[in-house]
Amino acid sequence: MSASKFTNVELLNQLQAAFGEAVLEHNVAYDILNVYVPADKAKEVVLWLKNNETLKLNYLTNIAGVHYPFNQGRELEVIYQLHSMVNNIRLRVKATLPIANPEIETIVDIYAGANWMERETYDFFGIIFKGHPNLKKILNEETQDYFPMRKEYPLEDQTREDKDNRFFGR
Amino acid sequence: MENIRKFNNPVFGATRDTIHGEVATLNLGPTHPATHGIFQNVLQVDGEIILSSEQTVGYIHRAFEKLAERRPFHQITPITDRLNYCSSPINNIGWHLTVEKLIGAEVPKRVDYMRVIVMELARIADHLICTSVIGVDSGALTGFTWVFQLREQIYDLYEEVCGSRLTTNIGRIGGFERDFTPRFHEKLKAFLKTFPKAFEEYDALLSRNRIFMDRTIGAGPISAQRALDYSFTGPNLRAAGVDFDIRVAQPYCSYQDFEFDIPVGSDGDTYDRFMVRQEEIRQSYNIIKQAYENLPEGNYHADLPEFYMPRKEDVYTKMESLIYQFKIVMGETPIPVGEVYHAVEGGNGELGYYLISDGGRTPYRLQMRRPCFIYYQAYPEMITGQTISDAVLTLSSLNVIAGELDA
Repeated sequence: MSASKFTNVELLNQLQAAFGEAVLEHNVAYDILNVYVPADKAKEVVLWLKNNETLKLNYLTNIAGVHYPFNQGRELEVIYQLHSMVNNIRLRVKATLPIANPEIETIVDIYAGANWMERETYDFFGIIFKGHPNLKKILNEETQDYFPMRKEYPLEDQTREDKDNRFFGR
Repeated sequence: MENIRKFNNPVFGATRDTIHGEVATLNLGPTHPATHGIFQNVLQVDGEIILSSEQTVGYIHRAFEKLAERRPFHQITPITDRLNYCSSPINNIGWHLTVEKLIGAEVPKRVDYMRVIVMELARIADHLICTSVIGVDSGALTGFTWVFQLREQIYDLYEEVCGSRLTTNIGRIGGFERDFTPRFHEKLKAFLKTFPKAFEEYDALLSRNRIFMDRTIGAGPISAQRALDYSFTGPNLRAAGVDFDIRVAQPYCSYQDFEFDIPVGSDGDTYDRFMVRQEEIRQSYNIIKQAYENLPEGNYHADLPEFYMPRKEDVYTKMESLIYQFKIVMGETPIPVGEVYHAVEGGNGELGYYLISDGGRTPYRLQMRRPCFIYYQAYPEMITGQTISDAVLTLSSLNVIAGELDA
């Protein structure tokens, strides 16, 4: 990766200066800084990063959902990956949600491109983006009443007896 | 409705509001020859003018992200073929690079250069399809048939590297399964020699053609600001005037060693997207030439016994090779825990793999950032107020590939 104008440490310091306690956890994974924020602050953080004149993290690369069934009370995770083309630095903003009530504010009004990314995340993980203009299933059938990327839906039929799972995947 | 282009009828001199004043519903797709793939657009039209559009996608959704959660890393490569199948080598190599980043592999310089050659060939093939299809949709079929010969040469080259043509499954984690063969060298030299002339002939058919220019200039424009807002990448973003290219911003595969330009457009319309891709083909040709002339000596794969499948002869005769073959196939290789994002400049833009590994033999989660999926949502905005024929041109110039759109 060619040199970026900011280091992850500077980025983190700026975030902590602006949001203080709201930056719950942070780590660096393969050059990219991850910050965990409370779900109700995620939108504010993304907006602040977009409008920040020095950081210029004003490009939304992708939104991803992840399901961790064993994290009690924070089973679902939404990941916003942001990118500053000017400063050549990436950042992931993560928010965790309980599976019983997986609701988070939409960021469609900040990034128009978030529209389908959020629909896809809803489609596969059932994360509800409050305020989204058209939160419907996108790649799957609209009548599908479950969220297939959650870990409770294994890819193969678990009643099969001819395969030993110790040898074939998880 | 205020952004609807005032349409002056040359005969009656009337504005569009007075021609019909009646709204009709028109299905463009899902299986329409002009959509070049399976996606549906329900258009509301007033005469020829599009008032609004609603998209339906997902017709060839194959659940790649779910499939990937049950496959070991080397078995995910064939899935990536089927994303943007016009340039599958870029997808394959992008995936290999992601895994290499996760395991911290160092690959020899020769592998980098070989990959650059293959990826740039793929980019040429991808862009040739796109630009010639713009020609087809504006009524010029000749260019399309002409460039298929060039694409055929590129497919022959893939065949020499990996044995297959469309869904290539090219390379391995750590490099390639074999070095470039003598026939590959022969064919690449022939390609490098004949390509510029054939390509310029094709370019002369369209790029300064008056009819083509009249048809494409102003069709389906998008401003740089909106394009960024919609997370555009690749040629479509560059056509709108933003000079961003992953190959330069975050070089992978030693792209920093090569001298090349990043063409940018100004209006983000169909003509700009066409011209940007045409120029990128020339730049890709230059990169291939530089990479081939300076192809370093060395091994064609990294020393990664736990990931790189040993040669079959060695499996039968050498104990280590047998052990590693067994470990790879049975998924006994230790895999680091971590999350990694790696992006490559695909045919349509930033193709990123976001891989979360929990140390198991398969990814815990693999998200593919598919550029088509992200920029296709801007399509209704781009065609509102345009004519139906412009909408078809806009679709082909965006180069929406159904495989990448639906994953």
